Amino acid sequence: MDLSIWAMQAFNGLSTFCVLLLMALGLAIIFGQMGVINMAHGEFLTIGAYTTFLLSQAGSVLGDWFQTWYFPVAIVVSFVLAGAVGWLVERFMVRHLYRRPLDTLLATWGLSLVMQQAFRSGFGAREVSATLPDWLMGSLKPTATIDIPINGLFMMALTAALTGLVVFGLTSTRFGVWVRATVQNRAMASAAGINTRKVDELTFAIGCGLAGVAGAAFTTIGSTGPTSGSLYIVDTFLVVVFGGAERLIGTILSAFSIAQTQAATEFFMTGSMAKVLTLSTIIVILMLRPQGLFSIKVRR
Amino acid sequence: MERATPSPWSARFRSFTARLSSEKSTRENASFVLLAVLLLLVFPLGLDVFRLNLVGKYLTYAFVALGLVLCWGYGGILSLGQGVFFGLGGYCMAMFLKLEASDPKSTAIQSTPGIPDFMDWNQLKELPAFWVPFESLPFTLLAVLVVPGLLALVVGLAMFKRRVGGVYFAIITQAIASILSILIIGRQGYTGGVNGITDLKTLLGWDIRTDEAKVILYYVNAVLLLGAVLLGLSLIRSKLGRLLVALRDKEERVLFTGYDVASLKTFVFVLAAMLSAVGGAMFTLQVGFMSPSFVGIVPSIEMVICAAVGGRSSLFGAIYGSLLVNFGKTYFSESFPELWLFVIGFLFIAVVMVFPNGLAGLDLMKMRSFIESKLRRFQKPSVGLSIPKPAPSRPGVTAAPRSNG
Repeated sequence: MDLSIWAMQAFNGLSTFCVLLLMALGLAIIFGQMGVINMAHGEFLTIGAYTTFLLSQAGSVLGDWFQTWYFPVAIVVSFVLAGAVGWLVERFMVRHLYRRPLDTLLATWGLSLVMQQAFRSGFGAREVSATLPDWLMGSLKPTATIDIPINGLFMMALTAALTGLVVFGLTSTRFGVWVRATVQNRAMASAAGINTRKVDELTFAIGCGLAGVAGAAFTTIGSTGPTSGSLYIVDTFLVVVFGGAERLIGTILSAFSIAQTQAATEFFMTGSMAKVLTLSTIIVILMLRPQGLFSIKVRR
Repeated sequence: MERATPSPWSARFRSFTARLSSEKSTRENASFVLLAVLLLLVFPLGLDVFRLNLVGKYLTYAFVALGLVLCWGYGGILSLGQGVFFGLGGYCMAMFLKLEASDPKSTAIQSTPGIPDFMDWNQLKELPAFWVPFESLPFTLLAVLVVPGLLALVVGLAMFKRRVGGVYFAIITQAIASILSILIIGRQGYTGGVNGITDLKTLLGWDIRTDEAKVILYYVNAVLLLGAVLLGLSLIRSKLGRLLVALRDKEERVLFTGYDVASLKTFVFVLAAMLSAVGGAMFTLQVGFMSPSFVGIVPSIEMVICAAVGGRSSLFGAIYGSLLVNFGKTYFSESFPELWLFVIGFLFIAVVMVFPNGLAGLDLMKMRSFIESKLRRFQKPSVGLSIPKPAPSRPGVTAAPRSNG
């Protein structure tokens, strides 16, 4: 078979991988580190995507330079906005439910319905697309038959940078130490002088903020509708659970394997059957090995 | 102002409510009689056939909610994939009815007569092998229970034997719901695709679309539901029910006492699945079609909200919750479609944060003193002040008659 087909197929897999990983990063932090299920995570992605869309429209008011360089601004604004909403949600809802994880799941599901309807009322049911700046358009052609779109490459670079940042933050900063200490032993962490409430609050906000950035990145490869985020929520949860919820490396590897399996099987059968096959494989593996690919032993 | 003796009505009311609140079994029996009267007399007499059919449809969701009360409220196992079992039960029934509706005579215009129309549209030449047994009604009725039961058994054993529970279980059941709905939509030739299995006409030659058939099916459904409630009541009164509550609250302790927790959990999960399947089959019979929109994630979680609104550990609450939520859904979808998601979204949040025990958790004692004060005011507005029992006095209630008198 032609090598270029394989290359293109692998590239498709990598794009899916980026979307899954970007979404899973925030989720892995919230679910893995705090044990909280946030069903509204997809809606935080949508917040980021709509923010980016609005900013891309603002270029017509603010001038051409903004039209060219709105994207970096959009990433920051999406992070801040989604993070702020996340902070409010933690403050007024999730905080009261830490002892009842199943109830958190239901309450955040309700929140996601409310947010979806709010998007629909605010932006209409139709999907919108951000106008991409010129430097994100076009494609690279290393050979005559391989065609790699630049927005896909940009998305990968962004994913890599963000993942690196999260790993660095968790392993090498004081805040990361606090987060990990709180996860491993809340009472002890608190006795050592860590304000665990504050840590929870910030972890949740940062996780939501990351979803916002994922949303901003999402606009470069697809259009945004009120339910864009929720389409990915189950897949993303499977990514996190499959990877072993407590280790980030597991999340990365499981996002990679799921995305590549999906892309590879799509080559042989219809998209929906490929998805059924991928999801069922994950579930069977999870039934045999419930702790996921990677897990850490923690005494609780 | 002199102390008033309690009026006969409020005294009678009090002794009744006192018995209700002191004896749990009396309360449950009274609730059951009330429910039976409501389902078998009030609804059929008070509603026209169209509305009755609608109520019948809501009551099929109550089967799912009943199952959820047993497995979530009592067992502590939250399944977000009950739509799978509802759907499987419904599809088994629909396959039988569809085969009956596609006899060679009425499908003579198809290129292959005698197979369901959607198969013909998808260029299938013969009936797929897994459809063939559904030509027999006894097999179908068995399959309605066994197919979902087996799936629940496999999933339950695989998960609970490895001590997977809580949120992991919830997510995995949700993924199963997602898989099944994608599968049904994707294999259009075998399942009818996104439209589902439609145009169901007769059950062994008996037309299920007539008004008379609808009333009869409503009664069958109501009796089955009452039977399911009795089954649930006897379960939670038994030792098994106590064990379920115990493992919900302290699973490890039950495990260390020597009970086989995994089998116990699997049992209640399978039971819940079978109840849902009965609901699904009755849905198909009463509504006349089955489609993947009752299988996926969204319907599954809506069934959880029915159980939660009614009170997650109240069998009766599950039924009233299903009626209320689905009535609300119909009403809002007809009148204010854009508000419905807001309503159900806030309902989810409120039912978790404000009243976690749902309708059934509304405090009986508070309601009792409230109703009592109303009764007393209704009968003797001028002297209805003094409260002979030590109850927290409510300034708002007592102040109003004082200014009157």
